[in-house]
Amino acid sequence: MKFNRKDLVSIRDLTKEEIEFILEQAQSFKEINERVIKKVPTLRGKTVVTCFYEPSTRTRLSFEVAAKRLSADTLNFSASTSSVKKGETFLDTLKNIEALKSDVVIIRHPASGATKFASKILKASVVNAGDGINEHPTQALLDAFTILEKKGRIKGLNIIIAGDILHSRVARSNIFLLTKLGANVKVYAPPMMMPRDIEKTGVKIVKDFRDEIKEADVVMMLRVQLERQNKALFPSIREYAKFFGFKKEYLENLKNDAIIMHPGPMNRGVEISSEVADSDKSVILEQVENGIAVRMAILYLLIGSGGES
Amino acid sequence: MKLIADENQLKWIYERLAAEIIERNKGMENCALVGIRTRGVYIAEKLKDLFKEKYGVDIPKGILDITLYRDDLSISTHYPELKSTEIDFSVDDKNIILVDDVLYTGRTVRAALDAIMDLGRPKTIQLCVLVDRGHRELPIQADYVGKRIQTSKKERIHVKVKEYDGKDEIYISENVKLK
Repeated sequence: MKFNRKDLVSIRDLTKEEIEFILEQAQSFKEINERVIKKVPTLRGKTVVTCFYEPSTRTRLSFEVAAKRLSADTLNFSASTSSVKKGETFLDTLKNIEALKSDVVIIRHPASGATKFASKILKASVVNAGDGINEHPTQALLDAFTILEKKGRIKGLNIIIAGDILHSRVARSNIFLLTKLGANVKVYAPPMMMPRDIEKTGVKIVKDFRDEIKEADVVMMLRVQLERQNKALFPSIREYAKFFGFKKEYLENLKNDAIIMHPGPMNRGVEISSEVADSDKSVILEQVENGIAVRMAILYLLIGSGGES
Repeated sequence: MKLIADENQLKWIYERLAAEIIERNKGMENCALVGIRTRGVYIAEKLKDLFKEKYGVDIPKGILDITLYRDDLSISTHYPELKSTEIDFSVDDKNIILVDDVLYTGRTVRAALDAIMDLGRPKTIQLCVLVDRGHRELPIQADYVGKRIQTSKKERIHVKVKEYDGKDEIYISENVKLK
């Protein structure tokens, strides 16, 4: 198939076929990461800029290493150490990044819709690395890649996403992706962290987490996002851990071949206990590893799409 | 459309190629086949089978996709789909027998050489092609050639392999539009 997009802004925009094609291409890129010399010359002379208005460890490092393994040049911009501190606007910053003749700009921003806005301004390809509480498409793609690798399929799998659904762009992108690919998705959250009308997206609501994980093939835990709450949505961390965390005694309820995922960074002992995070059912570090192949595929496809939008 | 070789003739060509490779690499020690996608892979498989049946030697075989090494990516607006490289042995100190269907400009082989070098340091790389049709644009020659065919640039060589195309044959047609 032909991939004809300039930008990767949301999973919602993608067709099932496009998602499957990205995952298939990522599979072909994975082998490069297992070589002694982890580098191919494909994107020589291309420039990839990471432009982050929020903190990040995994996503930025992952994009940077993906670009470098394809021989692109990488530039990193963090709002916290830049002229944004001196009052430069988002639009001016974007125009300056454009002036550097960049081919791909990877943006993380606290405002939902910021990357969509950037994609309309810039001639360069834009990749959404997380915008507010909207989407985080590359995370959903690497999650799907990991599920495919572990389970061989996505269609028909029982997948539970648990935690702060309301503030989670990871959850939103995953819900869009997994339902498009035919998984049975259920969500679990404290009532004040459950979006209204969530069932319209095609998911069901989990009533009894401990009981319903018995049927699950995949359990995806989300980080409690203390930074996105303007008021406390639960009384204490301990109470959250007690009622909504994945505790070690739940492990025995899981199917033998079930997997546990977490997009990171983890709050150990809050949404996930250390025993669960480090158990043999956890694929958390494999998610990180697969993120590189998925992002290599995305850079290759966007730069190689002929710049059509 | 003109038939160059049918299934029976191809059988002899494969057997001769296998014999030549065996003769040059006595005992086939430290040898490995690497087929270039797509049809080179099936040709390499046939050679591997012949080494095993006729000479009792079993050597490893890998699959190489040269997409990421193509020299036309910088001038193309649309990158081709990538299929994976599957070489599950170390190429260090090996005698690599690189296999492709048609040798033409030499650009595919140039890309393949770079791709293999990125995997390690082979002792030698030898090139085996089913058809050499001339018109080289780079200083590259094959060590083993199934058939040499005089062609014009307007002509196109079709190599068919049973495992992929349903039949073994080589034919030539005149349907290339020159840019």
